[in-house]
Amino acid sequence: MTSDIFHIGNAAGFANDRLDAGAPVVAALIASGAPAALFYETLAERTLAFAQRARLADPDAGFTPDLESFLAPVLADCVAHNIPVLGNFGAANPLGAARAVHALAQRLGIGTIKVAVVEGDDVRAALPGLQVQAWEAEPLFDVHRRDILAANVYLGAQPIAAALALGADVVVTGRVTDSALALAPLLHHFGWNEADWDLMAAGVLTGHLLECGAQITGGYFADPGYKDVAGMASIGYPIAEVSADGGIVVTKPPGTGGRVDSQTVKEQILYEIHDPAAYLTPDVTLDLSNVFVRDDGLDRVRVAGARGWPAPETLKITISFEGGWLGEGEISYAGPGAAARARLAADTARARIERQFPGIAVRAEVLGLVSLFDGDSGALAHAMGDCEWPDVRVRIAVNCDDEATAARAAREVETLYCAGPAGGGGVRRHVTRRVKTASCLIPRESVQPRIRLVAADE
Amino acid sequence: MNDALVSVALREIAHGRTGDKGDRANISIIPYAPSGYAPIAAQITPARMRDVFAHRNVGRVARFDLPVLAAFNFVLDDVLQGGVNGSLNLDGHGKSLSFLALAMPVEVSQAVLTDARKARRAVEGGI
Repeated sequence: MTSDIFHIGNAAGFANDRLDAGAPVVAALIASGAPAALFYETLAERTLAFAQRARLADPDAGFTPDLESFLAPVLADCVAHNIPVLGNFGAANPLGAARAVHALAQRLGIGTIKVAVVEGDDVRAALPGLQVQAWEAEPLFDVHRRDILAANVYLGAQPIAAALALGADVVVTGRVTDSALALAPLLHHFGWNEADWDLMAAGVLTGHLLECGAQITGGYFADPGYKDVAGMASIGYPIAEVSADGGIVVTKPPGTGGRVDSQTVKEQILYEIHDPAAYLTPDVTLDLSNVFVRDDGLDRVRVAGARGWPAPETLKITISFEGGWLGEGEISYAGPGAAARARLAADTARARIERQFPGIAVRAEVLGLVSLFDGDSGALAHAMGDCEWPDVRVRIAVNCDDEATAARAAREVETLYCAGPAGGGGVRRHVTRRVKTASCLIPRESVQPRIRLVAADE
Repeated sequence: MNDALVSVALREIAHGRTGDKGDRANISIIPYAPSGYAPIAAQITPARMRDVFAHRNVGRVARFDLPVLAAFNFVLDDVLQGGVNGSLNLDGHGKSLSFLALAMPVEVSQAVLTDARKARRAVEGGI
């Protein structure tokens, strides 16, 4: 009897994640014989703004561009074995994503399947009329600004569970909390009381553990000589085995690379956490204070001790708005004196950019000595000694309001070919449109999620 | 047992990961072995963490202790110089910053160091 354990697999932790992670996870879910679900988390904070831009350019776009590549290897097996697939891959266009899933099912010869959408997260049109409150220490956002690209509320697990109750094979959402994609199938399967805060906490913790895919199975973890990971090129994505009383075991498919142990699990437990006693979600306030992990055999870790407190009265919205332009240019120097030539190049480009665009935010750095750790002032780099034969890259970056200025600043790096220090090579230039985000709170009752099945010919 | 303290990089006894939300980063510091918890609690203070990131104009630094999990969570405000939305740093998320924190020196006994080395899962010669 396996029905008191529910298995949840994750096959993506962000939109640009590995496309082939799903098949081993689904094979393991099927082999277990246990009731199971599979989810994809593909919406980082700014992703929705980029999706809205894509939809403005093409009304049929605006969902995760790789949706079909993610689902094609697993959809037939999931449908055949009653493993619902959930994902926030609807992004700015859940209906468009649902249509794409139907089309994929047709193309794969699966026939007609049930695809549900959860909508109501998009509050951009309603924003000026909402009672917006400040989020944490952020200043209150002006909801009347004209350059807003997207405004979405983080929905919780309940509408997703309602979609599963419609018998959906695939549930497409827009903005939901990442953890809701795991909590929802647990709510649906076990019929948990939504006011049993400790159970809700266990479900949210399950989602938090899995939501970044391989980050709990040895991905984003390896540090040779300290934390070695075998089989990085074929890391197995995570599976949680959850019991009706909220017990959690994290594991990965047999025969895959990576590792699951107390070290990998602890890094993920604290990933993107602020106050561990109060991780706020629409479903519960998760308290990690008493969470502990126990190794439970090879590549199996038991996680317990999650406590829950009532969910907040407000819901968080994230608003994306125009963020100006980023201009970048790079050029390399190698061999004797390379560091000195690179610094001269950086100083030269900076001086020319500042002369032409007074007040512009500019960073001029030498990659290969110290850069990622440094501040925009270059304080660490100035304190560094030189190595004898460096192979370094100069990078200039500017923030500005318009594309032309960004392009001109990046172009200054290319002028170093003829007018900069000796021996520079390999110029690359990039001009990128930026998006900024802000967060606010709105009263819970001002949001009405909508759940429905989308017909194959809709 | 030799009780003399040795100064080592934090990385010898702990591991960690950075996460970001806006212009705020969190850095987990996780001792490999239980005996590493006390020296970290005593020495890796919010003030020391702030010093390490002072060149990035870090704001408030808070440390949350998780004795049951045996880990620490540092939250650093304003350390990302605009964060992924506005930073001019290549690593706008600050994902690399856990390794700057792990470079901090910490004084530990040989026993603590030995415990950590045993608990690390290093493969001789790499994989």
